[in-house]
Amino acid sequence: MAKIEVTVDGSKYADDVEPRMLLVHYLRERLGKTGTVVGCDTSNCGACTVHLDGKSVKSCNMLAVQADGHEVTTVEGLMKDGELHPVQAAFHECHALQCGYCTPGMIMQSIDLLNDNPHPSEEEIRVGLEGNLCRCTGYHNIVKAVQTAAGGAQ
Amino acid sequence: MTATQERPADSPAGEVGRDRRRKEDQRLITGRTRWTDNIVLPGMLHLAMVRSPFAHATITNIDVSEAQAAPNVVAVLTGQDVKDEQGGLPNAWPITPEQVTPNHPSIAVDRVTFAGEIVAVIVARSAAEARDAAELVDVDYEELPAALDLKESAEDKVLAHPDLGTNKSAFWQFDSANAGTGGNVDEAIEAARADGIVIEREYRQQRLIPAFMEPRSVVVDPTGEQVTVWSATQIPHILRFLMAAVLGYPESKIRVIAPDVGGGFGGKLQTTPEEWITFMAARRLGKPCKYTETRSESLMAAHHGRDQWQKLTLSAKKDGTVTGLKVELLADMGAYISLVGGGVPVLGAFMFNAIYKFPAYQFNCQTVLTNKTWTDAYRGAGRPEATYAIERLMDELAVEVGVDPLAIREQNWIKHEEFPFTSVCGLEYDSGNYEAATEKAKEMFGYDALRAEQKQRRESKDPVQLGIGISTFTEMCGLAPSRVLGSLDYGAGGWEHAAVRMLPTGKVEVITGVSAHGQGHETAWSQIVADRLGVAFEDVEVLHGDTQIAHKGLDTYGSRSLVVGGEALVKAADKVIEKAKPIAAHLLEASADDLEFKGGKFTVKGTDKGMAIGEIALATFAAHNLPDGVEPSIDSDATYDPVNFSFPHGTHLCAVEIDTETGGVKMRKYVAVDDIGNIVNPLIVAGQVHGGLVQGIAQALWEEAVFDDAGTLVSASFVDYLVPTAADTISFDTAHTTSPSTTNTLGTKGVGEAGCIASTPAVVNAVVDAIRHFGVNDVQMPCTPARIWKAIHSHDAGGGTPTPGEAAPHFDEQDTADRTAGANDGGAA
Repeated sequence: MAKIEVTVDGSKYADDVEPRMLLVHYLRERLGKTGTVVGCDTSNCGACTVHLDGKSVKSCNMLAVQADGHEVTTVEGLMKDGELHPVQAAFHECHALQCGYCTPGMIMQSIDLLNDNPHPSEEEIRVGLEGNLCRCTGYHNIVKAVQTAAGGAQ
Repeated sequence: MTATQERPADSPAGEVGRDRRRKEDQRLITGRTRWTDNIVLPGMLHLAMVRSPFAHATITNIDVSEAQAAPNVVAVLTGQDVKDEQGGLPNAWPITPEQVTPNHPSIAVDRVTFAGEIVAVIVARSAAEARDAAELVDVDYEELPAALDLKESAEDKVLAHPDLGTNKSAFWQFDSANAGTGGNVDEAIEAARADGIVIEREYRQQRLIPAFMEPRSVVVDPTGEQVTVWSATQIPHILRFLMAAVLGYPESKIRVIAPDVGGGFGGKLQTTPEEWITFMAARRLGKPCKYTETRSESLMAAHHGRDQWQKLTLSAKKDGTVTGLKVELLADMGAYISLVGGGVPVLGAFMFNAIYKFPAYQFNCQTVLTNKTWTDAYRGAGRPEATYAIERLMDELAVEVGVDPLAIREQNWIKHEEFPFTSVCGLEYDSGNYEAATEKAKEMFGYDALRAEQKQRRESKDPVQLGIGISTFTEMCGLAPSRVLGSLDYGAGGWEHAAVRMLPTGKVEVITGVSAHGQGHETAWSQIVADRLGVAFEDVEVLHGDTQIAHKGLDTYGSRSLVVGGEALVKAADKVIEKAKPIAAHLLEASADDLEFKGGKFTVKGTDKGMAIGEIALATFAAHNLPDGVEPSIDSDATYDPVNFSFPHGTHLCAVEIDTETGGVKMRKYVAVDDIGNIVNPLIVAGQVHGGLVQGIAQALWEEAVFDDAGTLVSASFVDYLVPTAADTISFDTAHTTSPSTTNTLGTKGVGEAGCIASTPAVVNAVVDAIRHFGVNDVQMPCTPARIWKAIHSHDAGGGTPTPGEAAPHFDEQDTADRTAGANDGGAA
């Protein structure tokens, strides 16, 4: 067992974890942060995407011990003062989700994309979301949502 | 208390047709989700499966002692342990009385029949410990020859189930002459051979994997009076019925909940070994049990889709007027005949003739057992296969006649004034307008300009060639009058149930028997009820997916939810008004005959006296002043059996650019004009179309479940199974024409599968159109760059004009190894 201290969605946690425990399992099983989900075993689908110190990471591709001393933000930590994050709002407005399973990861990746590039072209959005799979929407409205969120930030 | 009943002043004429943002979204975008895998219960145990690495083998010994002794392992189950209680997983649609149907154990007992079949189950205190222990189970196998290739299996060269003596499961035929719905197809073909056109082709529908994003998960809680089953399923009601029927447990003691379900696409239209096993484990141990699959397990052992060889013969007069169509299918069932597995190709039986006026038609299908993952429904189920075949053939006919592929279609399709039209299969298409949809699509697409560009690129020998693909499709949704399903030996009816509960505070609870997993029913159903009862959209709460709440239903598949479930809802809402009417008359001191109901209010004709439905709900709740003999309730329910299928249609146009030097495909433009009747929510409809398009395009270009020579699925992760990404796809141009359905009140037709059905042939037609001048008339799906390149450059064997020197010298056969199924015989034709 290894002792870790992690800040998740603004709260501090201290836990003993198995060294092999993945960050996503730590979030889901130990902290009850079930908003972040597992979609594949190979880091292809991005459903588990969270932010580590403000940058997107696939939490199935990282050990919980690697998050020791860092700050993790999940989809559950995005709302501020009861208001949706602009990207969350844009996903709702543009109907960028259907079953919603990919949505937490897709939103976290979109935020990261916009942090890097506040005014992306459609091509840049599509390439920026390449690591996140969605089976429902055909990506059409996800791209629109990111464009909408980018426009709103201008 | 009834203030909520007033419609907002800014509300437009109606909710139906409005692009309401979804009610479902709030919890999904904030992570307040209820996926099955999220559920944690006191004392919960976790399951891990030991799966066969062999496609076909005898189990000679299983040693579980080491696993049993591993830390925190509570139990290990093998087929021997449960063989007397597990029964067989159900097949609900034996397509013929003689169908050969192998028993389908949830845990293999003495023989495994596909790689991925479960041979042992670990139950442990944590999922990680269960998986660790699964590695310690020692299984001895004696390998058997495996039936893998579909065509060879159809010849019984190697038997998938030696005890059955054959791989041929069932032969199903529809013949228009025998049915009295059309002429004799063989005569039509003979006549065309003598004096006309005969097109003969063989197409491959590759094996696909539904690949829903949420891996399947099941939780069974045996504590309490009812055993509660949470499952990532499309079919909670069917699951409950079949669990009771197969496992011999009282149906009244089983509660099934489908909580948030992360996509299905037919892939969760199943009763699974994993559900059965978790149920048995929980009952044996008396503790809640959970099983969640890994992605590799999902790709390997959740059912696959499609997988057919299609032999097609189309006959026509010299002018291109079609005279007959004969379809001969081989359909790969995999190792077992699953829930509706055998029936999937039959769902396409009445659709190969599509929108065209074939006077003679015959459909033949042989279902075949192999030692591969079992197949069943995948988005479209039977109809994409049919649409692909006919839309590819119509292009071939156009080439033969020497006319534009749109012209040949128009020459043969049903004219809008000919509706209702009885097809050569005896189905009555209620409404449609193929001319209007096609005209609109052509205009949006810029058809003539793209044809001109194509011509120019051909003439200039541009290395990048342009192809234009067409799909003027129809499909059948909302499976269908129960007596018709009965005549097809389908194991269930086609009805749906809905209930409307009028709460005393003016809120409305709607219970529906359909089970959404991304479709947005909560939003669309709210819109329908808001209009029907004149209440606010926000005041309607839609409840579903729990057999204790929605006790009755047939769930969500086959684009049935709105056309069947929506109509049940309309009827339930109308009954609320009927029940409220005598109460309103009593309270308004008027005759019921003098009342009219409009905008949520009963009013007395010719007066300003009126009462809102919510006020009546409150008065009924109080029950202080009701007419004599009237029950104190205006809650209502309805069960609706559809009178017919619905027949959405559309025209899809696709332009692709093909780099003839690399075989690479780039999609340039895609226009979809769909006629799905009246639209309840255009935003949701657009989403359904977009998603369907990409799934259909993915079949055309990328996806295939590939097995190696030993029967191991080599595309068993998202590294190898190519679900498209945002970077692979483009934005689409979608629009609608509207021919309301005449067989349901709302005039709706269903849209869940349309995009997926229409797009595959549109894309492949575009690919072939781009390189037809190289002597190519087919590229097998998925149309990979390697296959396209080979098709372009192997024409010297297939008869076209050789173009020496075009290929880079290093880019020969050895360098373009293509391990996808049928690759060697599927390049150019």
